[in-house]
Amino acid sequence: MTDLLDPILSDVRVDLKEIAALVEPGSRVLDIGCGDGDLLELLTRTRDVDGRGIELSQRGVNDAVARGLSVIQGDADSDLYQYPDQSFDYVILSQTIQATRNTKLVLQEMLRIGRRVIVSLPNFGHYDVRLQLMLRGRMPVSKRLPYSWYDTPNIHFCTIRDFVELSQEVGATVEKALAFNGAAKKLPFNAPWWVWNLIATQAVFLLSGR
Amino acid sequence: MQDTLETDTDAQENLRQREADHPTSLVMRFGMESPLQLDGGASIAPWQIAYQTYGTLNADKTNAILVCHALTGDQHVASVNPVTGKPGWWSQMVGPGNPIDTERFFVICSNVLGGCLGTTGPASTNPATGKPYGLDLPVVTIPDMVRAQAALVSALGIDRLFAVIGGSMGGMQVLQWASAYPDRVFSCVAIATSYRHSSQNIAFHEVGRQAVMADPDWLAGHYLDDGRNPRKGLAVARMAAHITYMSEQSLHQKFGRNLQDRERLTFGFDADFQIESYLRHQGMTFVDRFDANSYLYVTRAMDYFDLAAAHGGVLANAFRASKTRFCLISFTSDWLFPTSESRAVVHALNASGASVSFVEIDSDRGHDSFLLDIPEQYRIIRGFLTGAARSAGIPGPTPFSEESAR
Repeated sequence: MTDLLDPILSDVRVDLKEIAALVEPGSRVLDIGCGDGDLLELLTRTRDVDGRGIELSQRGVNDAVARGLSVIQGDADSDLYQYPDQSFDYVILSQTIQATRNTKLVLQEMLRIGRRVIVSLPNFGHYDVRLQLMLRGRMPVSKRLPYSWYDTPNIHFCTIRDFVELSQEVGATVEKALAFNGAAKKLPFNAPWWVWNLIATQAVFLLSGR
Repeated sequence: MQDTLETDTDAQENLRQREADHPTSLVMRFGMESPLQLDGGASIAPWQIAYQTYGTLNADKTNAILVCHALTGDQHVASVNPVTGKPGWWSQMVGPGNPIDTERFFVICSNVLGGCLGTTGPASTNPATGKPYGLDLPVVTIPDMVRAQAALVSALGIDRLFAVIGGSMGGMQVLQWASAYPDRVFSCVAIATSYRHSSQNIAFHEVGRQAVMADPDWLAGHYLDDGRNPRKGLAVARMAAHITYMSEQSLHQKFGRNLQDRERLTFGFDADFQIESYLRHQGMTFVDRFDANSYLYVTRAMDYFDLAAAHGGVLANAFRASKTRFCLISFTSDWLFPTSESRAVVHALNASGASVSFVEIDSDRGHDSFLLDIPEQYRIIRGFLTGAARSAGIPGPTPFSEESAR
């Protein structure tokens, strides 16, 4: 058990502010995997959005609703079909993509529901992860990611390059991409993908459909 | 059973009979010029609706909340019931500082159409005959009940309700309000309810109605004319229904197979078990406060309710382009209105693009949970209303002053 991986997740919510900055004020937003509603509240407060949330855990849902947010219990894998085409300006999946079962379908559904899609994810191409696997020969486990490989809900980790490839495969356009290092510092915008893939712990993508 | 059910409660029955026409609450009377049009084709005039209010309506009339009661509830949501002398049925939910805060909101609760506590129902005097309506009252529906409430709300000068809130049959009224009057409902909370009564639920209601009608004292609905009352039938109906309001687990925890005031089985048909004694008591006390014909009418209204069928079989059409903020609440152990029913409403609301919150609350106390002291329900409703009030621009309650704290 080492905390080598912690730099990736220590700044796990650094993406929230960056996501909020990507959202046009006054728009309609669906936050998938919204937890107890931190991002929705931030968006409601600072961007005046009409925000909705879906959260898997009942505890998260109850906490969010008790905060006055519009949140329902639901599963990204099975419940997105209910939403009409293009019914939101933004559909957001923040730090949740790795827990989806049918990740490609979820991304396709998000692009169907929303005019724009925002995905934030931990980058498993980061050199710490690569080192941990290479030197110890073990799947990374840390304090903030306490699951062993056999019981983790996080079943679809990917790297930045993996995600870019998936975006292309589902016909999405990457309108904007942001990457952060372990100190939650934004990496230079013009760095090539392979640099980001090696030194970024987090990435945020703004996608649009074709 | 004979002995337990036949207690002398003439005084209470007289009291109840008086409440049917002259309720111990506010009452809004509509004359011949304002008939109430019913789904069944008939209309009633004159008619009246009994109601209570709590808190103060603000100058803009934007802070009104309508609370809709369930099958056997009444307008005394947070005031003493004149028939039973008991506190209001939701007095922990509604009141100063409570989740439905009467220091901030103006709360209205009315007796449903077809009820027996002052709103026109089968126990009310039929102006055409001078006798109780009995079965001469046309069958009423949930939309009819809501139409009556809307007339009351209009008569109070309120264009838009800040919220409509209710559980079980009250929740059906909430959904009907949101569907029929989307512009008059800013937000709503529908608890332990459904958009339509299930086959199983209709079945339970039919058992109850048959029990009432099988009682020789029912007299084809004319018992009030003869000073009779189908007490046994109505008590059995209530006993059967009461089981559906609890859960197997709560029954087991509360009563198990415990014996009632005895050491061993009596090999007879007395109430050997505590659960039997409990149900008999429930049946008996219910009869004292409720009219048997009302029970037929109001259960029928629930059975007929199907918001999807009323919209071409597509529930989402009931909420097209709705701007109302919805909150749905269900309870894990409620098998009468299970979570799947609320979820179906949530799916329809999502499909119609409405704003919706949905919470399932952990409780082992069955359908009745919504009436019980469940802190999580208080937290959710308080939070939802606070958020909605923020959006509606309704100011918070006056902060505690030094004087009022003392």
